[in-house]
Amino acid sequence: MATPKKKSASKSTKSTDFAAAPINKALTKEEKIDLYRTIIGIRRFEERSLRAYNQGKIGGFLHLYIGQEAVAAGIVSLMEENDHIITAYRDHGHALAVGMSMNECMAEMYGKHTGCSKGKGGSMHFFAPDKNYWGGHGIVAGQTPLGAGLAFALKYKGLKGCALAFLGDGAVNQGSFMETLNLASLWNLPVIFVIENNGYSMGTSLKRSSAEENLAHRADGFDMEWEVCNGHDVYEVREVANRAMKRAREEMKPFLLEIRTYRYRGHSVADANHEKYRTKEEIEEYKRTKDPVNVIRQKLIDEGVMTEAEAKKIDQEKKDEAEASAKFADESPYAPRSEIQTDVYSEVDNDTEGKLKGTYFFND
Amino acid sequence: MALITYREAIKQALDEEIQRDENVCIMGEEVAQYNGAYKVTEGLWAKHGDKRVIDTPISEAAFSGLAIGASALGVRPVIEMMFMSFSYVAIDQLFNNASFCRYMSGGLMNIPIVVRGPANGGTNVGATHSHTPENMVANHPGLKVVCPSNAYDAKGLMKAAIRDDDPVFVMENTLLYGEKWEVPEEEYIVELGVANILKEGEDMTIVSHGRCAMLSLQAAKTLEEKHGISVEVVDLRSIRPLDEETILNSVKKTGRALLVEENKPYCGVDAQISHIIQLKAFDYLDAPVHRVSSIDAPQIYAKPLEDWQIPNEERIIEGALKCMA
Ligand SMILES: Cc1ncc(C[n+]2csc(CCOP(=O)(O)OP(=O)(O)O)c2C)c(N)n1
Ligand SMILES: [Mg+2]
Repeated sequence: MATPKKKSASKSTKSTDFAAAPINKALTKEEKIDLYRTIIGIRRFEERSLRAYNQGKIGGFLHLYIGQEAVAAGIVSLMEENDHIITAYRDHGHALAVGMSMNECMAEMYGKHTGCSKGKGGSMHFFAPDKNYWGGHGIVAGQTPLGAGLAFALKYKGLKGCALAFLGDGAVNQGSFMETLNLASLWNLPVIFVIENNGYSMGTSLKRSSAEENLAHRADGFDMEWEVCNGHDVYEVREVANRAMKRAREEMKPFLLEIRTYRYRGHSVADANHEKYRTKEEIEEYKRTKDPVNVIRQKLIDEGVMTEAEAKKIDQEKKDEAEASAKFADESPYAPRSEIQTDVYSEVDNDTEGKLKGTYFFND
Repeated sequence: MALITYREAIKQALDEEIQRDENVCIMGEEVAQYNGAYKVTEGLWAKHGDKRVIDTPISEAAFSGLAIGASALGVRPVIEMMFMSFSYVAIDQLFNNASFCRYMSGGLMNIPIVVRGPANGGTNVGATHSHTPENMVANHPGLKVVCPSNAYDAKGLMKAAIRDDDPVFVMENTLLYGEKWEVPEEEYIVELGVANILKEGEDMTIVSHGRCAMLSLQAAKTLEEKHGISVEVVDLRSIRPLDEETILNSVKKTGRALLVEENKPYCGVDAQISHIIQLKAFDYLDAPVHRVSSIDAPQIYAKPLEDWQIPNEERIIEGALKCMA
């Protein structure tokens, strides 16, 4: 006989008033407006980077976060001093939410020396350790054990905090993730795995990639708590994530949080096929009813937190900031060729004792 | 002869082999309904159906190991790595199981699988997506590896790889997918272990493989026109097995060797080639063996810097002039 499940029920089907939840009620007017500012900022930044890509200013891959903004914005807004975050290659939203500047992010995508990684990492590999943001990782699910490692370190050092490891609905089928779920639960690590379930991994729908479509249920196999919620309403994201994060910090327990969201654009800008594996109606329906920008804007206006005019003004500010970041990136220089071989070894860069013996680089 | 792309040539090889042998099937991420991330398998699912062209979840370790297991019972899977870089999450399957099952069974088992996909840099996607692991594969006895530099070889080597009874890696190149070469209409095979002399010459030999062989050919023409140096270009085609004879004959003739590859230099393929040359053609050498490889660092993202990091015509010419000095 199966033992009774102690897992929480999905909240996604109930129409709870998330605005009234204590964690959201406690928000000041300015904090609420900040949530909107972050969400619209990500949207405008992504739109501007898409234009830059189409102008040939950005090359390689560009994985846009448009449609998913409330997930990163909501969860990051709950982060405390000892909370850390790590994600995959769709990493611009999380970067802006933790407070990275549009300039350094845009310049990184342009490959410029002024970018957050000096143009060495690119769009998929943003980092800001000073903001507890540990990347930006290009290999599917490769970041998930690192997320558990951040949690391990918190516990090891006796710090009260939690780690947030984001991944996609396709990434759940990597072995490294499943191994990590077990370790995290076995060792009681304060990590929250956040599955941003946007329904597709490239051109493959969830149905075609996972035998059990309720991804969060996998946690049961590891005796881990889980919950499912919607990702378009930043209040809902905050209410659900807050409980998981609090529990992780206070009880040293991992959590699997599946957030139902949607990406408006192709997998990357190069995915010209994206209206073949899903319908235009599906995309339009989400935009019309669940757009994360519209949802928070309308709520704040209805609550009397901001006026239509104030919302417009913030929107314009973010458009201007994104535009300025593109100009900044464009006008910035590339790193000199000598930079190709820096930042490989810490001992060499810092000219410490560790570099004294042996040859490090082989160039002839 | 038809002028077709490298991509089309590989697709033809896959298509023809699927039809020739009912055991050949294709497996990988987005290979079927999406027509392949780089459209190499375009149309094959529509033509051959679910049984022969199979979409997988993002589970490289699982489908690599599954292919090995299936091959034990006679299936001949061709697995696509969307990028060869992603094979790194399947290293145990590929580098323990595919390479050693035959040996550890005392020859009772063989693994007729093909692992194919692009293995190159130069595409502005950063360090995690720009690996060229032919040296790593070649370092594992039991595995074979080829690096076609053009459409003719891509088709012929792919067919040879599929018919081969051992695990063969076919390292493709996204920068070559759209390039065209002449390819005969009638069937042909390019055998593993046979190098190709792309251009004859007298003064020095460039040994190269993959896209770098094409860059070397261009550089050789410039060297001839601008510097009056007659360069012979040997395209390895196959890394393991390796055509030592063609390399040595050429170097013995010219007395000088420049080795060009996109691998990082330390323990790259050319480290082995260089050893073979000094050991077996020492008395014929008029100069030390020189190398041009990728600049020794993780792949940089910034496009102009990456274009400098991987071998380009300018760096090959510079290397050749050093070798002639
Ligand atoms: C190990 C590995 N395999 C394949 C890829 C190529 N790839 C990059 S993203 C992706 C789809 C991932 O989908 P999902 O996890 O749902 O995240 P989303 O892109 O929707 O945010 C694939 C197949 C990769 N980067 N790493
Ligand atoms: Mg997804």
